[in-house]
Order: sequence, then C-alpha cells, then structure tokens
Amino acid sequence: MSERKYSQDHEWVEIDNDGNATVGISDFAQKELGDVVYIELPELEREVTQDEEVAVIESVKTASDVKIPISGTIIEVNEVLNDSPELINSAAETDGWIIKMTPTDPTQLDDLMDAADYADFTSK
Amino acid sequence: MKVDNLNQSLQRTALYEMHQSLGARLVPFAGYEMPVQFSGFKEEHLHTREKACVFDISHMGQFFLHGDVAGETLERIIPNYVTNLKQGQQRYSVLLNEHAGIIDDIMITKMDDGLMLVVNAACKDKDWATLQAHFGNELNMECWDDRALIALQGPTAAQTMASLNIDCSDLRFLNAKKITVNNATCYISRSGYTGEDGFEISIPNDDAENFYKQLIACDDVIPAGLGARDTLRLEAGLSLYGHELNEEITPLEAGLNWIVPKQRLAEATFLGSNVLKEQFESGVTLQRAGLLVEARVPAREGNFLFDIDHNQVGEVSSGSFSPCLNQPIAMAYIVKQFLQSDAELFVEVRQKQYPVKITPLPFVPHRYYY
Repeated sequence: MSERKYSQDHEWVEIDNDGNATVGISDFAQKELGDVVYIELPELEREVTQDEEVAVIESVKTASDVKIPISGTIIEVNEVLNDSPELINSAAETDGWIIKMTPTDPTQLDDLMDAADYADFTSK
Repeated sequence: MKVDNLNQSLQRTALYEMHQSLGARLVPFAGYEMPVQFSGFKEEHLHTREKACVFDISHMGQFFLHGDVAGETLERIIPNYVTNLKQGQQRYSVLLNEHAGIIDDIMITKMDDGLMLVVNAACKDKDWATLQAHFGNELNMECWDDRALIALQGPTAAQTMASLNIDCSDLRFLNAKKITVNNATCYISRSGYTGEDGFEISIPNDDAENFYKQLIACDDVIPAGLGARDTLRLEAGLSLYGHELNEEITPLEAGLNWIVPKQRLAEATFLGSNVLKEQFESGVTLQRAGLLVEARVPAREGNFLFDIDHNQVGEVSSGSFSPCLNQPIAMAYIVKQFLQSDAELFVEVRQKQYPVKITPLPFVPHRYYY
C-alpha cells in the first residue's frame, strides 16, 4: 500500500496493492462535522475528475460535500455506511472509508499532503 | 469538507473564556462567537431530555421598559395583551410591522417596575430601533448589556436549582421572579426553548461565570451548545426567527393563532391588525406544519415540497435529524389545503424526492411544569 495522502478539503486517499485507491474523510473532518446521520454515496462506474463532488455527508448540523482528491472511476462504495453512518465518526480513516476507485493518474497524489503536512495544515 | 473560520470582529459573552476552557467548539452566530457544541450535539440533546443541560444564551437581547404605561404602549405593536399580565407572569409575543409581518418574536415578563423583554440576538438592533421609533418619547427604555442569560433545561433542572439553594418551587411555567443568587440580583423565569421544564436566569455579567461553574459542577448537569438547542427546539415544534418567522410572515401563517386573541382583532388597534383581521376571515394560503421524512436523508431549509403530480406545494423552513425519534424531521410552509388532506407529499433533496408525512407539532411532547 502507498503512503496515505490528504487533500486540503480534508479527504484522505491511499493506493491499495492492486493499484486501486480508497478514499474517505479525515478524522479531523469528522470531528468538525459532529454526529453523522446520513451519507449519499455515488453510483458505481461513475467517472470522476479531481475535486468533483462525489458524496454528501449529512451531520446533525449540516450537509457537506465530499470532493474526490484524484481522478478515476468509482468501483465500490462502502454500503455499510447506509445503515451505519456513524461509522464515519467512529472510524473515519479505517472502516468508515467511503469509496474505492481506479485512478486515471496516480501522479495526482504527489500534489497532496502527507500525514505530517496535513497535521500541520489542520493545526493552523 | 468545509471548515469554519472565525472572524475576529465577533462579540463575546461573559462566558466566552469559560466555553474555551471547557473545549467548546465556537462558531460565529448573530455577531457573537458562540459555543455550538461541547461533548457533541447528540449527547447534549439527549442529556437535556433525560437530565439537564446549561446553555449560554447571553447573545440574546434583554430590554427593560420602565413605567406603568409600558404595557398599553407595547400593545400598539404586538397582537396579544400584556396589560392583563400579573406580576411575574411571562408571555410569548411578536413585534409586528404595518403588514402584520413579524419583526421579531419575544418573551415579555411583567415585573413590579415595568416589562422585561428577551429578544433574538440577530434582531436586537432592529428591535431597539423599532421600540425607539414607536415609543422613544414616551417610555424609559434600557438595554441590559451588562447582563448574561443562562438557560438550565431538562427534567432535573428544578432539582438542580434546589440543590444550589435557589428556591424556584413557587414558579410555574411562564412565571418569573427577582431573586438574589450569590449576592447578585437575578431574574429567573420558568421557561425555555427546548420543550422541557427549566429556567432562564438573567444574571450580571460579573457573576455569570461563577454561577455557570456552580451549575456544571452539579450531578446530572452538562454544558450544551447552540447545536443541541436548535434540534431541541425543532423537536418541540418551536419556531426560530429567520427560519419559520420573518417580516413577510404573519402570526396566523406561522400558526401562532393563540397569540392573536379574537377580541384584539375586533378592536383592531395594533399595527397590522387590519391585515390580520382580513387574513383571519378569509384564511391563510400557506401555513407552518411539521413533517416526518420517511427516509434517512434530512430535509433542510430551502428544500421544496411536491405533490404526486409534481406541483410545488411548499418549502422547508427548518430541518434536521431528530435524535429522539431517530429520523429526519422538519418544519415547512405548505399550501393550506394539503394540511388536512391525505395527499402524498414529497421533499426534494439534491434532485431526488423522498416521501414525507405531515404530522402535528410538537414532534416530542412538551413537559412544562404547569
């Protein structure tokens, strides 16, 4: 697996061993959102370009868009979130992943932050 | 994800440092830097229904209208009576414009030396200007910027007050009194915005932090923020200014008929009374109603409602997820003919429609102490 990278929009992405990518929101972001009550997941096979809105997370407070940090095709969505949206709060960076995708341009990851830079970014 | 940034020009309440030390998340609200949550929306919400929570609501305006004539004077711009209020009695009302639109919704309390008003934070300036324009020459008015306002809400609120030796046993819902707490002059009313039993305490700024600390040191009491306050008032079916109420909406459209006594309409001596009289006789077109969304997706303010033939029949004014009912709830303005019908209605959220059911308000029964 590749190093986990973070976007300025608070999504994380990681390239798996098979070359596909897993995307979710950061632990920092879930704390900001508060209690998550619903997630609108994208359709499978949808082609998405970097920074496109692919999912919506509804917390008690508000609705927030999830922007895809790299371009590619959606190949899997985390169906568990349909019944257990609170998984985003309890496990944002593990079991609460949102989608898996086949990236079209893995070099887009180079522009994203590593964990240390992201920690620095969110502490400002 | 969007993350809020705080603007430096915001005002702070006397409890600002207290909130910071408790690790509250602070957000801009009506020009103030206010705590939106402490331990979490859901936890604070459920705790208020089960035990008691303390809320800083010092951003709200506290006005005092001096003199015996304050009541009859104020009655010129509100739809209900205040001259018949007994000492310590409190009443909900609205300030009206000439079109019977709502300038603000307010609480009025009769005290021995005049009327105490609690008004919405975002409306403070225009309310003050309205009162000045109407009564500036007749009434001596004060704006109590030197006072904090603290709400203690929940079924164990009365026990908590008793444990602090603050005697509220003589207060029933919508009654108030002047009392000394820690040597400070306070005004305590048995009222609130959550649907639960509870109190709102007006206390000098200098004494607020000490009192707040005493409250959160009590068993069963935790601090809560404006996030929980909003979902609590929504479950209680209570209107929020700027959402259910504004200057284009009349009290009859807002379903506040109980603050428009028929005799007042007959007398028609208050601002906007002719508009209300006509509306009362011919009926309103749109009316506020409660909605249960029969899906997991919360309907939000601005989402439109449709009938089965795709005709737009209403718009959501407030919507969130109800922690007590574990489903999305909303209030909306709906074409009146649909309110009593069995017509199937749908709310559109992000280009998809979900079934909704019109339901009587409140969503969660009130538990006031009468």
